[in-house]
Amino acid sequence: MEEKNNIMERIAEANRPVTTGVDEKDIKDWVTIYIMGKGYRVPADLTILTAIEYAGYRLLRSVGCRQGHCGACATVFRRAGEYKLQADLACQTRVEDGMYLVQIPFSPAEKAIYDISKEPYDASVFMKYYPEVARCVSCNTCTKSCPQDLEVMDYVQAAIRGDFELVADNSFDCIQCGLCAIRCPAEIVQYHVAQLGRRMYGRYGLSMPEHLKKRVEEIEQGKFKEAMDNITSKSREELEKMYAERQREPD
Amino acid sequence: MRIAYYPGCTLKTTAKNFETSAIAIAQQLGVEFVELPRWTCCGTVFSLTSDDLIHHVAPIRNLIRVQEMVKRKQVDDEKRILTLCSMCFNTLKRSNLRVKENIEDLKKINNLMYLEEDYCAEIEVIHLLQLLKEIGFDKIKAKVKNPLNNLKVAPYYGCMILRPLEVGIDDPEDPTIQRDLLEALGAEVIDNPYKKVCCGSYQTVNNKEKVAELAFDILTHAQREGAEAITTCCPLCSFNLDFRQKEVLKKHPDFKQIPVFYITQLIAVAFGLDNKTLGFDQNYVDPKLLLKNKGLIK
Ligand code: SF4
Ligand code: SF4
Ligand code: FES
Repeated sequence: MEEKNNIMERIAEANRPVTTGVDEKDIKDWVTIYIMGKGYRVPADLTILTAIEYAGYRLLRSVGCRQGHCGACATVFRRAGEYKLQADLACQTRVEDGMYLVQIPFSPAEKAIYDISKEPYDASVFMKYYPEVARCVSCNTCTKSCPQDLEVMDYVQAAIRGDFELVADNSFDCIQCGLCAIRCPAEIVQYHVAQLGRRMYGRYGLSMPEHLKKRVEEIEQGKFKEAMDNITSKSREELEKMYAERQREPD
Repeated sequence: MRIAYYPGCTLKTTAKNFETSAIAIAQQLGVEFVELPRWTCCGTVFSLTSDDLIHHVAPIRNLIRVQEMVKRKQVDDEKRILTLCSMCFNTLKRSNLRVKENIEDLKKINNLMYLEEDYCAEIEVIHLLQLLKEIGFDKIKAKVKNPLNNLKVAPYYGCMILRPLEVGIDDPEDPTIQRDLLEALGAEVIDNPYKKVCCGSYQTVNNKEKVAELAFDILTHAQREGAEAITTCCPLCSFNLDFRQKEVLKKHPDFKQIPVFYITQLIAVAFGLDNKTLGFDQNYVDPKLLLKNKGLIK
């Protein structure tokens, strides 16, 4: 239990807003942002995520990795004087003066259940599980809202015509933030469509690389069993020591 | 000559044989199709609602791609985009016409697509049959290695390349473009009035039986006049006339199945091109036996 608390404390520490411990007197630049309509003065160099915390909110959802990888921190906002609705990741976007914003912790989406080993490798698989892709009107709103700068419309269109390779390539960096889906007038769930496409492409479109096949065989024959057993039987202290003494390439 | 080519979704899925055969015959005629580098669905059905502009965004976006290709010198034909599918042709051409005639609509669509360059409304949408006619049926005849002698073919047009009048490529009541083409290939053409009767189009999704009935009428009329094969230039017509023969047979056990070709497949046969480009495995009624009997393929 103590060990667990220790970890939780370390995570909490790492997650503290960057301004903690900085004297407000030393902060020169301030902006006003509106979180769900209420105005707050926050230091100008914060990200939206840290600004929300600075303003006193404690985020239970809408936050994860804080590094632009997990897609949990989707935000929609309007800049002062602009009619355009913007979408981005709160942990990767700096606050701007006059910004109106709200977090979108979750985007409701039905996720199809399928067994890719039983599906044909053609466009019909998209029509079967996500037939709404055919409703796409090519408005490009999804692409405009994607914080990963993906060509979302293009991958949806590629799905319609069964171009798995294009779906996989164009959606590879998708972090499933859901911003495309909540803005789509055709109510398509782009990221689930893309995931289906990547799974199908992985299974049927790509050939199994020789070296991987060889390695899998080696694993199955038990080549690494001894080494694995050795490491999994070690205590935490031993593992930490090993980690500290590990061989590594110079930075 | 390089021309911008818009395939459409069906040509990449259930009508790949239309595409492969068309590309192959075009090559023989010195035309290279340059596929739009990024394209979206044509919108499938032209929206008739006067205030529904959003469904014209997709077609116009595709036409912007042609402008981009022209600027990048990826095509020689600087004014046109080529389609094979009649439905894509119809949708693209009608949307194009709409924005050409209605500058306010064009402005609105351009504004909505503010990340794209503006569409200048100067591109023209053409169908493959128009291009073939322009190249000249004489020139096509000169390429024939395997004349389709004794093959009795009934051309079928459907609606989308004929109607409405301002979009159609031929006389909507009595189209002849396929007849002239087939004659150049040496075929015996069975012209009949059912060539322009609607195949049932998208009703095929909800009402198979109705479409099978239409197909039955269209096919048996042609057969009564002696037709041994049908040609189309539309994946949807083709689906309804070819694949729906399964349902036709259920209802009319005496019905004799008849092969339905994409016109480009027959041109490819006449040009003596290899089986790969023909793609007969994607036809429902296998046309190989007929062609073998006529000595047209091995
Ligand atoms: S937002 Fe929806 S309708 Fe618009 S292009 Fe993207 S997927 Fe298509
Ligand atoms: S494609 Fe959609 S879900 Fe994926 S990162 Fe972009 S906006 Fe987020
Ligand atoms: S918190 Fe993970 S992407 Fe922002």
